Amino acid sequence: MGLRDLIRLRRKRRLRQLRAFLKRRELKALSDRTAQIRPDDILVFVTARNERVRLPYFLRYYRDMGVNHFLFVDNGSDDGSTEYLARQEDCSVWHTEASYKASQFGIDWMNWLLRKYGTGHWTLTVDPDEFFVYPFCDTRPIRALTDWLDTYGLRSFPAMLLDMYPKGPIDAKPYIEGQNPFDQACWFDAGNYMISQNPDYRNLWIQGGPRVRMFFAEDPYRSPSLNKIPLVKWARGHVYASSTHMLLPRGLNQVYDTIGGEMVSGCLLHAKFLSPLTAKVAEELRREQHYAGSREYHAYAQTIAQQPDLWCKWSEKYINWRQLEILGLMSKGNWA
Amino acid sequence: MTVGFIMMCHTALDRAAQVARFWAESGAPVVIHVDKRVPGLEFGGLKRALADLDTVSFSRRYKCEWGTWSLVAASQAAAEQMLERHQHVRHVYLASGSCLPLRPVQELTDYLDARPETDFIESVTTTEVGWTVGGIDIERFTLRFPFSWKKQRRLFDRYVEFQRKTGFRRRIPDGLVPHLGSQWWCLTRRTLSAILQDPDRPLYDRYFKRVWIPDESYFQTLSRLYSTSIESRSLTLTKFDFQGKPHIFYDDHLQLLRRSDCFVARKIWPRADKLYRTFLSKNAGGSAMAEPNPAKIDRLFSKSIERRTRGRPGLYMQSRFPQKDHENGKTSAPYSVFQGFSDLFENFDGWLSKYVGARVHGHLFAPDRAEFAGGETMFNGCLTDDATLRDYNPRAFLTNLIWNSRGERQCFMFSPRDNQANNWFTATDPNAQISVITGAWALPLSRVNADFSTIRREAARLQKRELEQLEILRSMYVKARVRIWTLSDFIENPMEPLQTIIDEISPRMPRRLTEAPQMVDLTGFGQFLQNLKNQGMQPLVMGDFPVEPRVPQDMTQHSRPYLVK
Repeated sequence: MGLRDLIRLRRKRRLRQLRAFLKRRELKALSDRTAQIRPDDILVFVTARNERVRLPYFLRYYRDMGVNHFLFVDNGSDDGSTEYLARQEDCSVWHTEASYKASQFGIDWMNWLLRKYGTGHWTLTVDPDEFFVYPFCDTRPIRALTDWLDTYGLRSFPAMLLDMYPKGPIDAKPYIEGQNPFDQACWFDAGNYMISQNPDYRNLWIQGGPRVRMFFAEDPYRSPSLNKIPLVKWARGHVYASSTHMLLPRGLNQVYDTIGGEMVSGCLLHAKFLSPLTAKVAEELRREQHYAGSREYHAYAQTIAQQPDLWCKWSEKYINWRQLEILGLMSKGNWA
Repeated sequence: MTVGFIMMCHTALDRAAQVARFWAESGAPVVIHVDKRVPGLEFGGLKRALADLDTVSFSRRYKCEWGTWSLVAASQAAAEQMLERHQHVRHVYLASGSCLPLRPVQELTDYLDARPETDFIESVTTTEVGWTVGGIDIERFTLRFPFSWKKQRRLFDRYVEFQRKTGFRRRIPDGLVPHLGSQWWCLTRRTLSAILQDPDRPLYDRYFKRVWIPDESYFQTLSRLYSTSIESRSLTLTKFDFQGKPHIFYDDHLQLLRRSDCFVARKIWPRADKLYRTFLSKNAGGSAMAEPNPAKIDRLFSKSIERRTRGRPGLYMQSRFPQKDHENGKTSAPYSVFQGFSDLFENFDGWLSKYVGARVHGHLFAPDRAEFAGGETMFNGCLTDDATLRDYNPRAFLTNLIWNSRGERQCFMFSPRDNQANNWFTATDPNAQISVITGAWALPLSRVNADFSTIRREAARLQKRELEQLEILRSMYVKARVRIWTLSDFIENPMEPLQTIIDEISPRMPRRLTEAPQMVDLTGFGQFLQNLKNQGMQPLVMGDFPVEPRVPQDMTQHSRPYLVK
């Protein structure tokens, strides 16, 4: 890595910051409760669109974890999410009708809010269908983790995206508001993940899981990335470079050990394969607002008409984080 | 007689107040040192919270920085205050603000009353310790350390290096033998006052002011001068990890802490409400005279350090992605690769699975699909037999397969026809057992009904691949257990090598092979090789095959299993 590369990465980071700065005008504050945020609060940042039915459980899950404040960007919802969120005492909501795609899939908005409100805080950037799991999450609040990370001077924490799915056709049973999505979608792939290293940003590139074997077997290169770094102690110059997969400066991506040890890591349980999926896929295809020409959604659309069953006899049923740690999907590292 | 506590506090003062109150109300005097960097408002809060307790006092405040003399100075001042104000104190216990008493004070007092002369201080000579940070042990006492290790690491390291090069050495005062140990001690009044009132104390203090991390060596060294009976262990349960940071206890450690029978534990997470509630309640007694027994906790923490430094062998995941040659186990378990066997024997995998307690796959890296055992299309961990997916990252496919089936040995067939991407990886993996019959790939080729020039081209391609592979298997970097036979050598005496391989796979259940796998018909193979030669290709890897068959008649002609005595 020569000086030229460093300059190039720095330029990229600056560009990201500039984009975030310019896109700030697209955000209109609907309910700004950021004055409530105290200096050591843990914050959650979310971009959402028409997720009304999922929101109650989402909020409860993270409140129970010990998160103090939520910052939402509502991207043109018309299902009442906006009003619902605005009523929540611990949520600040910004509204925008602008293009999700043009804001780099929401990352420009997130980067702006993170910079403005997240600086100095532990921040968790997730989607409404991502549920953060970390070692000891059943007995220790998230602050135990962030305090521990602080003592070790660790600034970022990885959590791989783990696609969860139900047994049988995805749209068989509708999801009911407030329900734990993993009551139905409780299955996952335990050991078919492929990892390579991205020398440029130093992050790992992880692919695999049910999405690859069902939708991308012909062209695995184009399958979605599963590596994520959602929990970051935000500082002014930080930016997410591509979704929450990688950050700049790239030292933040060094969340793995390269000489054989295990660093601590978690998982993001992904409740994507949940009814109503067919309707959602159709809607997203119509909007064409997703990554790489929405190729992911095109791939779903092709197979989803046949009501595919992601489940197979080797699927693993989710129990708790200890199971994920034994399977080697996440690690306690030296946190005991 | 009783025990007095010195508490060194700098954060979570509310918790420190709780603990101080617990000790004071149980009849043990407490002297609290609060770091000078703590704002006056917070300090005032702590003072007010404890105002009603007359056995709690505050000592002179020092600005404490990690690894510096200030910590020793602060504990000296507090100890002097303790000895002076509380004449009935026989043992002084140095604790921190994040310590938590696990047993009632009475039990500690009884324990100390039974050992009135004993000083509990971990005190080890520098040559004996293996845990010092930065690899500096005796040099702590002989070099100078004007730079902060935490904030000016580069300067610190350079200056140490400079002193080493120039041969600079400080003189250790006469009579002192440097000792190191945990800074959490419990000393008798006699020893402690001897240290504090020593006429030579100014000399020692001046010396230790420039020692690195004096709080781990000042009392540890000086107590050796005066104590009549040192128990070299700390009564405080505190565990350090590989970076020298103390492990932290949370609510879920409750049972572990309770069963450890230790008197005091450190470090407690300030928000561990359940721990504070449980251990600071009045009726939290254990077995009265139990010896502290932190073995279980030791095990827990040493396992976690092992996990952080060595990791689980053969695991590749989001927070463990070792570079080449730093894997500490390229794969998680032993496995066997059989090359050429499925070409030489009919239904070799079926035969093998009868003799070994292992999962026997077909050609996992075959061009069209991964041939999982039993013709399955999927395998443990949701691996699929899709060749495109497998070839997208063949190494991940192999390591996943071995990892997913931990506890069961995996065997698979291999051949030059298969994906060769993993050859270096398996050859350098100590878990691999690779058995190769070179040239066996030509057997199926000899029976193919196709244009001979096509066959010749294919033979040349496969031979080239096998030669490349053999070069790898014969290189000096090989870590796998590799066995190579030429086809002609192997068919001379197939049972002995097979027996060796099988014994190695399942060493605990030695089984004589009673039945040989059935060999394919070799008639005409010599002629086939001759034809290849006639067409201008040089068969190199099969060994010596005469045009006329010379293998035992009963093996080739009747293709009937034969018995070995």
